[in-house]
Formats: sequence, C-alpha cells, structure tokens
Amino acid sequence: MAELAPFPPGDYPLVIVGSGAGALQTSYSLSRLGVDHAVISSDDAPAGMFRRFPFFQRLITWTKPYSPMERGTRAYEWHDWNSLIGEEPAHRAQVPGFMDGVSYFPSRPEMEQGLVAFAEAAGIRVRYGCRWESTERREDGFVLGTTDGEYRCHTLVIAVGMTEAWKPSNIEGIEDVPHYVETREGRTYTDRRVFVIGKRNSGFEIADGLLPWAKQVILGSPRPAKISVVTHSTASARARYLQPYEDAALGGGTFVIDAAIERVERTADGWRVHASGTTRPGAMTFDVDDVIAATGFGTPFQDLEGLGVKTFYQGRLPAQTAFWESATVPGVFFAGSITQGAVGLKKYGIPSSSAAVHGFRYNARVMAEHIATARFGIERKREAVDHEDLVEFLLEEATHAPELWNQQSYLARQVTVEPDGSLLDEGIVPLQQFVDGSGPDGVVIAVETDETHDIHPAMYVRKDGRVDEHLLEGDVQLDFRGADHQAQMTSVLKGWLT
Amino acid sequence: MDPRSAELDVIDTLAGLTLFSDLSRPQLEAVAHIFEEEVFPEGQRVIRQGFAGPGFYVILEGEASVRVDGEERATLGRGDFFGEVSILLGAHPIADVVAMRPLRCLMLAGSDLEGFLVGFPRVSYRLVQTMARRLQSATQWRS
Repeated sequence: MAELAPFPPGDYPLVIVGSGAGALQTSYSLSRLGVDHAVISSDDAPAGMFRRFPFFQRLITWTKPYSPMERGTRAYEWHDWNSLIGEEPAHRAQVPGFMDGVSYFPSRPEMEQGLVAFAEAAGIRVRYGCRWESTERREDGFVLGTTDGEYRCHTLVIAVGMTEAWKPSNIEGIEDVPHYVETREGRTYTDRRVFVIGKRNSGFEIADGLLPWAKQVILGSPRPAKISVVTHSTASARARYLQPYEDAALGGGTFVIDAAIERVERTADGWRVHASGTTRPGAMTFDVDDVIAATGFGTPFQDLEGLGVKTFYQGRLPAQTAFWESATVPGVFFAGSITQGAVGLKKYGIPSSSAAVHGFRYNARVMAEHIATARFGIERKREAVDHEDLVEFLLEEATHAPELWNQQSYLARQVTVEPDGSLLDEGIVPLQQFVDGSGPDGVVIAVETDETHDIHPAMYVRKDGRVDEHLLEGDVQLDFRGADHQAQMTSVLKGWLT
Repeated sequence: MDPRSAELDVIDTLAGLTLFSDLSRPQLEAVAHIFEEEVFPEGQRVIRQGFAGPGFYVILEGEASVRVDGEERATLGRGDFFGEVSILLGAHPIADVVAMRPLRCLMLAGSDLEGFLVGFPRVSYRLVQTMARRLQSATQWRS
C-alpha cells in the first residue's frame, strides 16, 4: 500500500503538482540531476489530459515509426513528437512501440500507453488522488493545502496543464452552451445542424469529427482561420483537421464564418446564434440543433493569483521568465503546456511549440537543470569543446538537434569561452536568456524559419557583453554541415575566437 | 484579474485607443482575436536592435523605453505602437524596446501587418496620422 501512495504530506525541497506529460518529464529530469522532490496529482493514473482527450481520439502531433533516424536516438526525437525524453535507451521512444500503423498521428490510447510505459520504466513515483486545494506563501517557501494534508517546499512546480474549459464572457448566453469537453458521442449529432464557436484546432477537430454525422457544420469566430501550412506553426489549425475547410471552400455545405458571435439563445427546436460579420460586415442569424463552444482552455491556478502570480491572456497563462519561473513570485515554476506563456523571441511571429509535448518536454529538462543549479547548488558537468571542432559541432546541432528543431528561435545550443580561452558546451538553453542576459563571451546556435519560409541556422554571438545575430543560409535538404555553411560560420567566428 | 471580465477588458481597452477608435464593436473583437496578447517582465526586451523578424506591438498597459545602443531616446505608454517601421521597410530594428515595468501588449506578426492594414483602412489612416506626428516632432527637434 505504501508503494501506491508515496510522498505523504510533509516537508520536501520541491513539490510538483500534476501527473501529465509535463509533470512526468520534470520529475524524470530532476531525478536524473539528484534533486529530491515529491509529485502529487488529483488524478488516479499518469498521462493527464491524454487519459481523455483529444475528443475524437487521434492526436495532431506526429510520431513516425519509421524515419531516416534510428529509433531511440536523440535525432529521432524530431520525428517522434510524443514520447517523453529519457537518458537511458529503455526510457526513449516509448510511443511508437504502441502504434498500430493506422496513422502516424498516434491514437489517444496509444499516447496514454506510451506515457504510462515511460512512467513505469523510469520508476516515476506520484501520489495519486491527492488534490491541491490551496497555496500559502511563507518566508521560506510555500505551503500547499491538499486533500491529504499539508506539503511544505521552497520550490514549487505547477504542471496542471491548460485543462480547464474556458468560455469568453462577451457572448450573451454562452454559459448555457456545451463546451468542447462536453461534446457528445458523434452519432448523437446524426442529421443535425451544428454551430461550432471557434476556428482553432479544437473547433476544426469537432467539425472534422462530425462530418460523418451532422447534416451541416458551421464554424464561426471573429478571426479568419489560421492554417499551419501557411503560418509554419503547429499552434494554427493542423492540415489533418482541414477537411471541413475544404468542404466550405468547395461549397459542400459546411460554412467557415468570420463573425463576432454576439448572442446564443435557446429556441423551441434548438438554438439561435446571432453574429456580426467581421471580414464581410453584416448581421447573421443561424438556427441550429446544437452549439458547441470550442473556445479553448484555461489553467486551473487555484489561488496562485492571490499569491501575486501575474497572469495574462484573459487570466489563462502566467507571466514567466525565460526559465519558466513566475515573473512575479520567485520559486514558482511552470511545466507542461502552461510554459507557452514564456513567449521567447517569437521571431517572425512564429510561437514556440511549448503548448505541445514535443516542445514542453525540452522546456522541462532545461528548467530542471536551471532549478538544480540555481536553487539546489548542483552544478552540471560541462564538456570541453576543442576550438577546431567548434564549427562542426554547432552545424551538427543545427542539422540534427531535436531541441532546436522542435523549439525554433526558442531553445539553442550554447558554447562559452572560459577565462583561459578554452570552450565549454553549456548544453541547451533558452535563446532569450542568452540574448538578453549577461554572461561571458559565448555563441549559441538555433534553427529558425523566416517570413519567406526558409529554414536556416541562426547564430548569436556574445562578445564583451554585446550580442549580435548572424543568420546563415538555408539548405534545400536541410543539411547545414557542408562546406558553404562551414565557411559562413568560420567567417563569423573568426573575430570572436581571437 | 477575473478571466470572465478579461475578454471584455481587452475589447474595451482597444476601443479607447486612438489607433482603433474608428472601429465597430465586431471589428474590435476581430482585432482582439487577430492580435495575440503578450506580457513582458520589467527589463525584458520586446524588440531587439539588429535582430530580424520583429512583430508589430500595441501597448495595452505599462511603459517601454526605446533605446539605441543602450541610450534612451523615447518612452512609450498605453496606446502607443512600435515595430511598424522595420516591418514596413523590411529592415532590422534600429532600436531596442525594453519594458520599463510589466508591459502588456497586443502583438501581430510582421508578415501579417500588410494584410491587416489593408483589411482595416481606418486603422491604417490612424497609424499614418501618428507617424506624421512623430515625423513632425522629430523635424521640430532637429530644427
């Protein structure tokens, strides 16, 4: 029984709240660094939101069972967006082993199985069924009130996900409209007319899932739909959900409307939606059988805002530092999808991938390293880099490092110059921390996609406190290790290394 | 902030800014959805001198400092916007913009600015008007 309920209430150096992918990765990475901690969760098993969602049971993040990279290697992680990242081979690439070949987007159960397998293989312990209810800030840290008792810690990691159904307040009658999470089984919409409020991924997912059932689907929101193949961001509607959009474009009966939804009211037969066109002005009315609010999610912060944790995005995300620490309450860190609140440089308007596993799994590892050093005095071993190997090392990272590809313009590989002139590999760091922070001379390499859709390496060089940007050329086959790139990088580093 | 009132807060704030003062309520809602809200802790750079790919920002709350090579040239506050010059000219920013205290902004990707200004001509007019005032001030300062 004791094994089933580890971490009884009491004092711990650090407490993680949550048991989804972000919490599991953080616990794993902290353990590997020797940071003692407890993990508590109100769920009764690992995997967080993937125990239930996506609603139509298929993810939008790829895991390619077969790829040019060998499964289980670091480079393979770019082709496997869903497995958590492990130090030992047995902990890597868990998800593809459960996939049945129907799609390279894992099903929800396959994802859940992969996360459970990771937790079991890595021996991650969680006190399940323990609900975080309150937070108190004291001089020496925090006191968490839970259903099992009090937990005291000086460092807190909140990894509860953006999991709370959220509806905008400016639509009259929205409170009665079922949210995405309350969507019924597809067949219950048979031969019905459905209005979906929202044109992001959850809206398109619902519309796509209802195409075989509903007689008509109408998607409406004020902003024109943003599509991932145009924006180069997985934050926009993914291609695999776009069948409703094509249906609308071909006049097949589905409508994708740009309109401010003003009021939703019950009628004798269903619902009436009142809207006002934005791209094409004018009043619109839709009589439908069902309305679904695919209006997004918020973070269940409990009382953290009362402690001084500043939030934004309609109170849905916390303001964070480059290391995912609350910008206003030191000692409170965030993991998982909440880390999308640390926006980084957001070059060319492209957001990080921190809303999804393939982005936030790296944030968690970098954050764990930062916490270990900054709050527990645990110094990581840093490897030396020979001067003559530096160019090759950085270009290899630009070509294959999964952290740089999954978190473009957001995470970078850093090499620092020591006082004796030797070079040290600092590992993966937040790009923003390097370009805006202070420190010794150094160089980082990142991968970026610009407004022309060119993907290329970007170098940032710090010398005497000043950081300059150097963009290298792209490559059709995305291999930046050739003679041209070596010459470009050598030219940039020539002055820096002398 | 109560998240239930926050959505209205953004739209009401936009309605009070000169840049968006000619827009109807549905158009303001569209703007609130087209732009993305971002916050920056005190001291953080929002736009970086010499770095490619900046966005267009409108300040909702807080103050920012415009600095060239570290030297402050101007301060910006609620309703002010920045980033448009480098986007319109296709050049890298010639100044840093740094949050002087917690800064809350709406951000539009540089590549989306042209489409936005074409789609909202009254915003374009207000933007040009403000830029003309800035030019006038700069000219008076030089003479």
